[in-house]
Amino acid sequence: MVRHLIDPLDLSVSEIDRLLNLADDIAANPQKYAHLCDGKKLATLFYEPSTRTRMSFETAMLNMGGSVMGFHSAATSSATKGESVADTIRVVSCFADICAMRHPKEGAPRRAAQFSKIPVINAGDGGHQHPTQTLTDLMTIRCKKGRLHNLTIGLCGDLKFGRTVHSLIKSLARYEGIRFVLISPEELRVPDYIIEEVLKPKNISYEEVTDLESVLPNLDILYMTRVQKERFFNEADYVRLKDSYILTEAKLQTAKPDMYVLHPLPRVNEIALDVDDDPRAAYFDQVQNGVYVRQALILTLLGVKLPC
Amino acid sequence: MLNIDSLQTGIVIDHISAGTSMRIYDLLHLEKLDCCVAVIKNARSSKLGRKDIIKIEGKVDVDLDVLGFIDPNVTVDYIENGHIVQKKSLALPEYIKNVITCKNPRCITTIEEGVDQIFKLCDSETRRYRCIYCEQEYERPHQ
Repeated sequence: MVRHLIDPLDLSVSEIDRLLNLADDIAANPQKYAHLCDGKKLATLFYEPSTRTRMSFETAMLNMGGSVMGFHSAATSSATKGESVADTIRVVSCFADICAMRHPKEGAPRRAAQFSKIPVINAGDGGHQHPTQTLTDLMTIRCKKGRLHNLTIGLCGDLKFGRTVHSLIKSLARYEGIRFVLISPEELRVPDYIIEEVLKPKNISYEEVTDLESVLPNLDILYMTRVQKERFFNEADYVRLKDSYILTEAKLQTAKPDMYVLHPLPRVNEIALDVDDDPRAAYFDQVQNGVYVRQALILTLLGVKLPC
Repeated sequence: MLNIDSLQTGIVIDHISAGTSMRIYDLLHLEKLDCCVAVIKNARSSKLGRKDIIKIEGKVDVDLDVLGFIDPNVTVDYIENGHIVQKKSLALPEYIKNVITCKNPRCITTIEEGVDQIFKLCDSETRRYRCIYCEQEYERPHQ
């Protein structure tokens, strides 16, 4: 049976642990994995622009000896001719061994998975899910803090449309002793269903605040997000909210010495450049980890026999 | 008062909220049946004031699960030899297909040709359903 990754919860906690262990080993011993995908092809079906996610997938495949193909925007795909996602994936299934799909419409990768003969990886579907970013975030948190339990996680910025935030909350909610501090303007609060269906049923501690500075000293992880222009139907709302939070080195003085700052990137101005030199800035480590974790995912979904 | 003969064998879908019987008729695809089907609108009801009733004659196989989603007050009686032989309890179906549509303008169902509108039960206590594609919750129209 073909296995897909559409939602981060498609993987159990133990599967995520195995995948992160594999990613750690790839990071430590890249040569061991350099030819495990010789002859395999990854299709990157990107219906909207992306720099890091697409390149990260491509790098992951190339690092293992595989090759890559695909399209980088809807304009260069058959979508302009009106082809459905279902038809596109049926065609691509004849060419490639595995595919990563980004689509502006929510649920498009799930639709693709219904018709695909090859593993489909959701590389971001609108404001909905971004499971490989979540795996990247989990790997980075685990690398930096040594665990994924008993942590106070601050999520700051656009918690309404930020797909990485929703995926990360759902995933971390499965670990013991997680506390969430949800920092956002009123208009960009985390959707009610996250509170009602994820946090409350599991009695997970959370608080919703609008002020970043007051909660900063309590955090083990601060996950910053960009207010995404492309998610707003009304530009006036975007302009009003885009500068709600700006993290600076001065503000970081009150944070714990081992509190790490993560960001799914790209950033605009929500993290000042002077934070980049702080040893607690982990967002570029995230990018590197993203390659390793995608390598681990490709190997897992393809069922490649791993070296001892 | 209008009289409809009692069924000897068949199914009676009763206590339908007044005015919704034709929607149920469509959702159950009753137009495809060859047997006699009676749709009674605005019948007097001591419990509801007004109600609709659908009577289907004969032994027919109709998937009634969707009724639990449409109207939990609906009752279903199976009739044989003029007597009720089974009262079907209406559970909420885990999935409902092509009954309601996703209202999220960002959902793939808004542009994808031929896609089935599928919703999954996410909370049986509150009878809430989510689109399986975008996970947007279906908001029931105010009664």
